[in-house]
Amino acid sequence: MGKPNLKKLTEDLGFECLSGEALLDRIPQSAYVSDLLSDVMGKAHADMMWITSQVHKNIVAVASLKELSAIVIVNERPVEKELLEQAEDEEIVVLSSNLPAFETAGKLYNYFLGVENSKS
Amino acid sequence: MQFEFDIQGGDFSSAGKASSDIKKVLKQLNIDPKIVRRIAVALYEAEVNVVAHAYKGVMKVDLDAQKIKIVLEDEGPGIENIEKAMQEGFSTATDEVRQMGFGAGMGLPNIKRNTDEMLLTSVPDQGTRLEFMVRF
Repeated sequence: MGKPNLKKLTEDLGFECLSGEALLDRIPQSAYVSDLLSDVMGKAHADMMWITSQVHKNIVAVASLKELSAIVIVNERPVEKELLEQAEDEEIVVLSSNLPAFETAGKLYNYFLGVENSKS
Repeated sequence: MQFEFDIQGGDFSSAGKASSDIKKVLKQLNIDPKIVRRIAVALYEAEVNVVAHAYKGVMKVDLDAQKIKIVLEDEGPGIENIEKAMQEGFSTATDEVRQMGFGAGMGLPNIKRNTDEMLLTSVPDQGTRLEFMVRF
């Protein structure tokens, strides 16, 4: 089994896609959890998923500049339409998780681990 | 090639616009993507610093075949202790700014780490001048 793309991952983990439906063929490489924007700017790598509870527009700029694979908003926090429009413009995938950050990260961690194990 | 951007203090919704524009130019010039990403981080942090701390500022970008040089000059409270400001974790950001996930005290260290040369000078109660350079 190759690495799953965002479409498969979103279906498997029950995330909801809020923007960037057409970009779900991206293949994410790991994930990063943080609500501090400079932390993400400094430490996250391109093609990572970013798990956060921040829902203001600057997260789109950070994801775009760092070329992240997707933003995962936790706790089903409501996201303004304006943010999603900007995300579409800048080709940013925004996903929504109905779980808190800890559980969301745990699910993703196990998912990526399962993919690694099934390869060997 | 030269570019100039005005940055408004407090205008968080536009923060990142200048960085994003420059990043697009660098991509079109086929600069190594790793170097482009380093420049983007430094640009964004510098832009956000002006938005979060100053009243207004100007970002000037000078680009040639070998390097990119960026100068930001702002009017604002300035920095009292530059050495302290460079320490990871030190920030004077307001609670409001911190709630947005800014003000973690990592901006200036992030700029330092991602650039080849960086020079920060400031006059308290007047403003700050930040200059950095990245070689291609």
